[in-house]
Amino acid sequence: MTTLLSLHSQPDVPLEADTISPDAITGLSELGIEHLQVLHGNIKARVGDFFKVTGKGVSDICLEGDLSKVKMIGASMSVGSITVEGNVGMHVGIGMSGGQILVKGDASDWVGPEMTGGRIIVKGNAGHMVGSAFRGQAVGITGGEIFIHGDAKNEIGNSMRRGLIVIGGDAGDFTGVNMRAGTIIVMGKMGIRTGAGMIRGTVACFEDAPMLPSFEYSCKYQPLFLRLYLIRLQKNGFENKIEDRHLNGKYRRFSGDGIELNRGEILLYLR
Amino acid sequence: MKIGKTEIADTFAEAFEMWGARIIITADSKQWARAAAASMTGFATSVIRCKLEAAVECEIRKEDTPDNRPGVSVLLFTMSGKTIAGQLIDRIGQCVMTCPTTAAYNGIESDKTVSVGGKLRFFGDGYQISKVLCGRRIWRIPIMEGEFLIEDTFGIQPAVGGGNLIILGTSKYSALQAATAASSAMREVAGVFLPFPQGVVGSGSKIGSRYKAMIASTNDMYCPTLRSIANNGVLPDNVEAVYEIVVDGLNEEAVKEAMRRGMHAAARKGIIMITAGNYGGKLGKYKFSLHEIINGTVS
Repeated sequence: MTTLLSLHSQPDVPLEADTISPDAITGLSELGIEHLQVLHGNIKARVGDFFKVTGKGVSDICLEGDLSKVKMIGASMSVGSITVEGNVGMHVGIGMSGGQILVKGDASDWVGPEMTGGRIIVKGNAGHMVGSAFRGQAVGITGGEIFIHGDAKNEIGNSMRRGLIVIGGDAGDFTGVNMRAGTIIVMGKMGIRTGAGMIRGTVACFEDAPMLPSFEYSCKYQPLFLRLYLIRLQKNGFENKIEDRHLNGKYRRFSGDGIELNRGEILLYLR
Repeated sequence: MKIGKTEIADTFAEAFEMWGARIIITADSKQWARAAAASMTGFATSVIRCKLEAAVECEIRKEDTPDNRPGVSVLLFTMSGKTIAGQLIDRIGQCVMTCPTTAAYNGIESDKTVSVGGKLRFFGDGYQISKVLCGRRIWRIPIMEGEFLIEDTFGIQPAVGGGNLIILGTSKYSALQAATAASSAMREVAGVFLPFPQGVVGSGSKIGSRYKAMIASTNDMYCPTLRSIANNGVLPDNVEAVYEIVVDGLNEEAVKEAMRRGMHAAARKGIIMITAGNYGGKLGKYKFSLHEIINGTVS
């Protein structure tokens, strides 16, 4: 059983809907859900002003309509699931600690900021700052998994400390910038300045990429740990992008960033 | 009770509570995985002097291992949950990590865990890296060939040690053939291992000795050469050789199933009797009646 929220009125300006989360709606009646507060720009509004609610509040939510202007879906969620049938706006899964968000379309910028657990899956593309720290914050996500099946733009995993981010397509510039730890896997191409300022952590990529001069080449080898990740990802929707050569082949290892602790690594698949 | 012409003694095997861990060793090839497992399970036949019991449980197809490489499952038991971590650290550190291309993964999901990779990581001298995948922490320890992977913690659980069968034959040849067949059948059971060489014990022991320093000594009741001196009539006249099979398992059911299969495999022409070792039921927690196992009446 799911709670269905269908968008009936497109917001004129971004709608902050941090109350659309299993934690907030579970146990509420349809009316109760419709009365939950949202912010339409800087004006207080109600969920019912924009969504038709079908079914009482349970931990599995389905959202219909083009939610490109709806922000903060799944904020602070700890359990349950949210399925977005189309696109979704900024800050999806902000502060999430458990459960799963599935976006069948594209996601805007800032997917999963302040995430500590759970999983976000975006079947389409994502904007900038996937799994990144907010500006001014020292640490980004500290757990959880973000799977983007399409492309993502700049600063993926900015300052991330733990967790896994997977980009099935191409990544923009500054992937893993200021990374503390954790793992980013990019199956397409990466832009420039990958790993700038990274302290620890792993950025692995199936394609070659330009390296900053502060990263030094270590060796060509078969990273067994990466095999564990890829085997798991094959079972989680990336089976068409991970070939045997990625599992069994060699990767070039670069250590960096030399301007920091130099304990980070970038692994580039060797064709 | 008989299976064919082989008498099944109306007695029981007395077994003890132990603590067990399962280690999944993988490697680039089956040969290297086997080599690591063989090294790790060396000198691990009996807690009497080895302080642990360990052996290969089974080989694992590469499709079924965490990293999709050929694997071997090793079971390692100690008498106490407090000593098992040290044994795992020593044996994985010295025998698995040193073996080319290997990795070591936990094979038991349990609430009770011991830190193994979390200790062995220090071999990395500060260059080790941890990764958390699906809630399981894995350590990457840089080594000369690349990296050694090991899980941070290994699950441990109460286990059963000392299940046994004693096979009495009319000749060494027939008794050993039967014991070998029993050993092969018993090892097919998941969750058990036979810690002695090829699973067969040529020199079973009794508790104690006339010498104070010895905590165990030869099982004189079953020594054919002592028939007229120390057998107390236990050994039938036509028995010329006796072998014991010791079986340890992760639970009672697995041990009993192994014993059942072992008795059926060993019973044959040339085997006068199959019996079991016990201490009158005073020492061990578990009593595995041979008749009840054969009848399938054991709960």
